[in-house]
This record gives sequence, structure tokens and C-alpha cells, in this order.
Amino acid sequence: MGRYSIFAVAAGALGGNRGWRPAWRKAVPKPSYEVVIVGGGGHGLATAHYLAREHGITDVAVVEKGWIGSGNVGRNTTIVRSNYMLDRTVPFYEASLKLWEGLSHDLNFNVMFSSRGVINLAHTPAQMDIFTRRANSMMLNGIAAEMLDVAGLRRRVPLLDVSPAARFPVVGAIHQARGGTARHDAVAWGYARAADSRGVDIIENCEVTGFLREGDRITGVRTTRGDIRARKTAVAVAGSTSQVMALAGIDDLPIESHVLQAFVSEGMKPALDVVVTFGAGHLYISQSDKGGLVFGGDIDGYNSYAQRGNLPIVEDVASAALAMFPAFSRVRLLRTWGGLMDMTMDGQPIITTGPLPGLYLNCGWCYEGFKATPASGFTFAWTIAKDEPHPLNAPFRLDRFRQGRVLDEKGRGPYPGHH
Amino acid sequence: MRIPCPLCGPRDRREFTYMGADDFLRRPAADAPAEAWDAYLHLRDNPAGATRDLWFHEAGCQAWIVVSRDTVTHEIAGAALAGEGRDAT
Repeated sequence: MGRYSIFAVAAGALGGNRGWRPAWRKAVPKPSYEVVIVGGGGHGLATAHYLAREHGITDVAVVEKGWIGSGNVGRNTTIVRSNYMLDRTVPFYEASLKLWEGLSHDLNFNVMFSSRGVINLAHTPAQMDIFTRRANSMMLNGIAAEMLDVAGLRRRVPLLDVSPAARFPVVGAIHQARGGTARHDAVAWGYARAADSRGVDIIENCEVTGFLREGDRITGVRTTRGDIRARKTAVAVAGSTSQVMALAGIDDLPIESHVLQAFVSEGMKPALDVVVTFGAGHLYISQSDKGGLVFGGDIDGYNSYAQRGNLPIVEDVASAALAMFPAFSRVRLLRTWGGLMDMTMDGQPIITTGPLPGLYLNCGWCYEGFKATPASGFTFAWTIAKDEPHPLNAPFRLDRFRQGRVLDEKGRGPYPGHH
Repeated sequence: MRIPCPLCGPRDRREFTYMGADDFLRRPAADAPAEAWDAYLHLRDNPAGATRDLWFHEAGCQAWIVVSRDTVTHEIAGAALAGEGRDAT
């Protein structure tokens, strides 16, 4: 497969653009692999890429129930940031942001990463105190953070209602200038193409229906396209984690599956060149390069596998958006979609060996999945290759709940709906 | 989504607050082993299909109810007061 470059584009144009090849092969499953990754989402594909690039393990298959890009990797609001607070979570998300910054070059695929900045609004002095604490925590971890006052916000986000007459008057904000957005489909396609070019088989329309075992040990997967044996089997299936793991006999995990909706408006001229989040409710909004406003808010609030949302959240996010940007009142909604979030009891993921021999688990992404895609793949690949966690994902153990070592950024307790 | 409150009749989902699976009704004894408390606080069946979970009729009669519900179709099969056993049909 050829590299993409300006010369390839020029040569393609001169040839009438008839010479372009699919970005990855339609692989047919072999009887056995070194590693089988269940789930061809962003995290599964990134894991395959870093297994091949970092560890030289190319005898890898990624099996995906649907088609590449059909799951959560294409059902999010594309926001990337590392403005976390806990010493055990900040380095992971910062490592992810650093991978994002070089991702287009690494993959030879334009993922349109745009570090346009992420602004979290504060509406009370107490909220400013909390954000100041978070900014200090970030800076102690070597990450730039900036506090904005109302005048600064007015300059940076002209359409934002910062008047005292606003429904929830704004008193300031925390700003991470390196945060931003990326094109989510391109992330899936870029990782798939890069992994495929190193020899990874990407097998679409191949649903896992069971696991092959020898005693306790997992030795591969049963699929709708036949059995596939593997020395190591890795699971990265987001909202379907409980269902897939039940096939391996793991019935109880610290996970609930919830629907998280995302919305996009009709396209319009550039109006918002930064990601802004609401502090008096839950809303995050940005404008895509195509012109649509992309926004989302809370999970629907009750366990669901429906991949479609309910109306109360539509009202909730629309009212929050208008409280911030009254000028958007006549913008029409174009599309909404829902993704299945694997919400954990502390709002942070699980990346670990086990829980059975030969098995590796990557799940529990809550609201964090998209921004974490590169670091998730990088550390999961490390965990699979070396049979031990990378220092970055060492805190994301499965047994941290039992041990009381939870990673509860906001101190909200074991209720997935609250994170 | 409308939830059939046993006291108020069918009411809009927005009147209710969601708690989680009805496992919360099976609270371990104070001296139960750590594993029992871990399971109670953290571990979930998370079924794709029939489930029973706790809802609080916050903007209505303030009753806790157990709702039998399908997590794939969002269909609601029935509801009963949480204080009157868990036989929601």
C-alpha cells in the first residue's frame, strides 16, 4: 500500500483518481494468531497498531461484529483533553494527548487533530476554587493550564453570554489550550490502515459467540466465521463488555452499560473556534470543520443497550446550549446518535491482564473513551506484549474497587450515573 | 418513556430518579465479609434484556419503586413499591 502524500494526491489526480485502493484489506480469518483482539473500535485498532509498531507483534487479528467505525469511535463528540486532577489519572491522559499531537504523522493519515483549546466554565466562586485546584494539579504534573476571568472569556469566546443577566452567570473558566478535537472516523480508519499495513488482519462482520478454553486458560474465540485460536486474547468491546465477558464465564464486573447521546446541528459559518463546557449543567460543545455544532451532555441516566437516546436529554442539552449561546436558538438539529458507554463505579477505565489466563481486558471507558484512544491502545498493547501493565495503566486495575483504590476524580461514589 | 407508578399511574420518566439494579435492596449484614460488600457496592449483572431496577418518584409520590424493564427495547413490564417485596410483574 502506498503512502499518502501530496505527490500521491497529484499522481492520483493525473490518473483520473482511478488508482486508489481500499485503506485496508478485507481479511479472511486464519485458524490461529499470536493475538486476537475482540472489538474493532478505536481502542482495538489502536492496540493492534501499537502491538505491531512498538512490540513487533504482527500476527494479530482484530475481529469486529459490525464494520469499522460503526461503534463508539464514531458516536462521540470528538473532544480531546488532559485536564484531569488525580496524580494517577493525569499522566495517562497527558500521554494520550501527546500521542494525539503526532498521530497524523504516525499513522500517515490526517486525523484532523486541532488543538483549539478546551474551556470549562465556572458559574460560582466555589467552582472557580475547584478549577484553580485542578489547574494547580495539572501544572504540578507538567501540563499547562490557564484560568480565565470574564473579560478574558469575552475576548476568547465572543458569542458566549457572559452578562450578569445570563441564566447562570459565568464568573470565569479553566482553559487547556492544547486540548481540542479530532475527526473521529479518520481515527478509526487511520489506525485500521496503519495496522493493516504492518500485517494485522482486520476481520469485519465477525461476531464472537464464545471463547475456546483449555481448563481455565482462554485459547481463542468462537466466531460466526469459525474458530480462531490465539495465544493471547484481548477484549476491547466498550458497552458490550458484560455480554462478551459472560461468554468467558465472568458474570459480575464493576460496569453498567448506559446510552450517551451526541448531537450535530446543520452546518454554518465559523462561529465557535474552541471547545466550551457548561458548568451549571452538563454540556460540551464545539464546531466541526464542516460547520456543524457538535455537542453532548449527560448519559441518559438508566442502564440501556439501545444505542438510541431519549428526549429528556435532548431538551437538557439544548437548554444548556442556549443558556450559554443565545445566538444559537435558531440553529436546527441535524442528527443525533447514541453510543453504549461501559460506565464503571469510579468513572475511570480498566486496562489489565486477566481476569483469566490468556485473556486481557480493556473496558470501562465512561466519558473518557475517545480522548484516551491512543494511550489506551499504547498501554493495552504493552500489557498484552509484556504480560504486565505499563506504569501509565497500572492504576487501572480490575481489583481496585475491592481494594478501595478507586480513581474517583469527583468523589461521587460507586454510582455510574453520577460520573 | 412512561413509568407505571403503583400509586400515581403512568407518569413521565422525567418525574423519576434512577438508582440502579434492585440489588441495592439486598444489603449485606454489617458484619458480612468484605467480598459481600464489594459485590454489593461494585459488581453488576448488567443484563442486555430483562432487568429490575430502582426508581424514585421524586416529582410525584416520593415512593421508591422496582421497575421490570427491558434494557434493549426500553419496554416496561411492570412496577411495584420497593417496600412491598420485589415481585414486580
